[in-house]
Amino acid sequence: MTDASAPPLALRLRNLSKTFSGVHALEHVDFEVRAGEVHCLAGENGCGKSTLIKVVTGVHAPDPGAEIEIFGARQSAITPTHARAMGIAVIWQDLALFPHMSVAENIAFDTMVGARPRLVRRRRDRKAAAAVLDRLGERLDLDAPLNTLPIAQRQIVAIARALMGEARLVFMDEPTASLTQSETDGLLAVVRTLSEQGVAVVFVSHRLAEVLDIAERVTVLRDGKLVGVFPTEGMTQARLGELMTGSLLSHEVMAHDRSGEPAVLEVEGLSLAGKVEDVSLTVRRGEVVGLTGLIGAGRTELAHAIIGMMRPDRGTVRLDGKAIAPKNIREAIHAGIAYVSEDRLSLGLIQPQSIEDNTVIAVLDKILDAVGLISPTRKRAMVSEWISELAVKIGHPSDPVSSLSGGNQQRVVLAKWLATEPRLLILDSPTVGVDVGARAGIFRTVRRLAEAGLAILMISDEVTEVVMNADRVLHMAGGRIVGEYDPRTTDVATMEERVYA
Amino acid sequence: MTPMKRIGNAVGPETLPLAVFLVVVAVAFSLATPLFLTGRNLSSMAFQLPELGLLTLAMMVPILSGGLNLAVIYTANISGLALAWTLIAFGGPEAGVGAFVLGSVLALAVGAAAGLVMGLVVAYIGAHPILVSLAMMIFLRGLGEFLTHGGDISGFPPFMNVIGHGDLFGVPVPLIIFAVAALVWHIMLRRTRHGFAVFMIGSNIRASEYSGLPTKRTLTLIYTISGLICAVAGILMASRFNSVRVGHGEALLLVTVLACFLGGVDPFGGFGRVLPVVLALMILQMLSSGLNLIGANQHLSTAVWGLFLIGVMALRWFENEIRQRKWRR
Repeated sequence: MTDASAPPLALRLRNLSKTFSGVHALEHVDFEVRAGEVHCLAGENGCGKSTLIKVVTGVHAPDPGAEIEIFGARQSAITPTHARAMGIAVIWQDLALFPHMSVAENIAFDTMVGARPRLVRRRRDRKAAAAVLDRLGERLDLDAPLNTLPIAQRQIVAIARALMGEARLVFMDEPTASLTQSETDGLLAVVRTLSEQGVAVVFVSHRLAEVLDIAERVTVLRDGKLVGVFPTEGMTQARLGELMTGSLLSHEVMAHDRSGEPAVLEVEGLSLAGKVEDVSLTVRRGEVVGLTGLIGAGRTELAHAIIGMMRPDRGTVRLDGKAIAPKNIREAIHAGIAYVSEDRLSLGLIQPQSIEDNTVIAVLDKILDAVGLISPTRKRAMVSEWISELAVKIGHPSDPVSSLSGGNQQRVVLAKWLATEPRLLILDSPTVGVDVGARAGIFRTVRRLAEAGLAILMISDEVTEVVMNADRVLHMAGGRIVGEYDPRTTDVATMEERVYA
Repeated sequence: MTPMKRIGNAVGPETLPLAVFLVVVAVAFSLATPLFLTGRNLSSMAFQLPELGLLTLAMMVPILSGGLNLAVIYTANISGLALAWTLIAFGGPEAGVGAFVLGSVLALAVGAAAGLVMGLVVAYIGAHPILVSLAMMIFLRGLGEFLTHGGDISGFPPFMNVIGHGDLFGVPVPLIIFAVAALVWHIMLRRTRHGFAVFMIGSNIRASEYSGLPTKRTLTLIYTISGLICAVAGILMASRFNSVRVGHGEALLLVTVLACFLGGVDPFGGFGRVLPVVLALMILQMLSSGLNLIGANQHLSTAVWGLFLIGVMALRWFENEIRQRKWRR
């Protein structure tokens, strides 16, 4: 048993700098992780978090002058193999697992590869894999092919694989980005278990609430420089957000009363077998209506029924008082509805294609010349108008959209839909995978659009987000709308309890 | 944007290396044999290229959309057959221009119909284009061989020679047909809504649907147009050989795929331009004619084509590596 007042250090970095062709990714950064501690590394995209992880795991060599100590031992040069041998493991966002291999094979992969004689010993590996899962307190089918598991369980497999290699210091890069709230809770429980077993965990996340929940201390980086190390005790999300972005973020409830405005969207008695039950709701001109609830509550399905992706069994949808029943998205666009999908990476944008093509994809009709061909001039004009309107930071409009950061991609999605001049904008989980500063930007844009008269239905599973940014909040569960809240009179904590219960 | 960059954007990054290659091949053969730079050889190349060229255009757009059309050759054959029978029915060598026009319309209809069926199956049933077009290819081949008993249909009116062997102000008519088709393809891909949708669908069909593009209609149209240009190739082949035989040009099928990949069309769909594909076709034609002139075995030229593709892939890989190294920080 070590002395609790001075636990040994798992990792100690002093004066760490890393320059890439003249650009400082990290500048004189100090960083410490205690053994068995859950430590959060916070900062906006591009602040140097990934570079730091890559230096510690031997992917990048630091600039001269840095001191690195791992479990008390001074390191001069680290290679990836060396890092793994010392018990350092990284769980990257994309997990780096083998989708067609079984759970047991994935967990035991490193022992299978490194073993001598070079034979696969299935029974031994299975047993070892089972033991590791047991240690995490998780039950998974060892023989299930990995690609049949939900993301949350794959995450567990990745953690188990790291533990197989006797990891004592685990880096997790945004492990919860694609998880639902309850899955996140499950993952956080596993992280606590690891910590109790003496494994140090460095946790990278954009979700400040969970950072404050799980970590004991948080190290904040901004533009490659250390802002400071703070205990999470007594820290608020607002303060942490400010430290990360270096600017004051507005955290006031923004709600306005729009009940006097004319209704833009009226849904009455909408039902979709097994998904949506008898839903009625109204979104008025200039109003932002938040729709929250757990994943599987039927939020996305409701949106899909409104835009014609799914055909409702019963119920009516009216837009500006006129009944509509779009058979596909084209008809919905034509009627004046824009739907920004939850899955920005694979459904919202066509990643390999250019920024300009992604911007004009839904409005080709508006950029035709006299003979009906796409006019390059009009296309360019349309693209530059929206890029400046939404302040998208891009290199050249012909660059692929995949070259943009998450926040800028989100803006391109918005530009694409706003170009259709919709009456109603449906935003499905607009901030998934977007960092704090960019989130604030998105909500400012949403507010501005509402002020200009657009009706907005905003779906999100983060209660804080909808309470802060919507005029009214609807709570959906089991396919029904089970409650309506006024953000000005609702306490976030009570509401979270009800939604996440 | 600098003027150079603007030109680069308009023709695409694939064009310059191919143009250099084209010049190198032309210079090499000119030095190797005095027969290469003769009017006779140039005109013979100009007469041979368009067939393969039209079939390559038929292959290109399905590949851009993330698919493939394995039925291009037999669609051309069957369309040619429709023309041949019409001509025979109107007296063979004595058939008039009206019969030729009627036959050509029927040929285009047959080609478009074959493409339409494939397009509908790909779009609405969601079957993989390789399977659908393979099935269509086998069906058309069987049907054609059954109808012709494996033989030739020949004896066409002499005026068809103009299409197959004539020239207009010294430019071979087949080359004019191909040039017009290539220009139409370029405009279709770069400037029409249909062309825009082809690229988007090739990269991500679900995201295209979510963005409001008519994905099913576009897929159907892609294969229909592919069948239509196959029919044009079929008419041209009938005019050049004064006969139609099912299986004619069979060896060209994979060459059309080769030409697309050489021309920088992404094998996974979403990217590609007409101009570099045309350059690739010219290089292939030069390699085959040039090797023939210096007395190499015809099979050797096929082998050289294969080596050439491997060489181009290696070059692109190098180019990509260099670009990445420049970007990597």
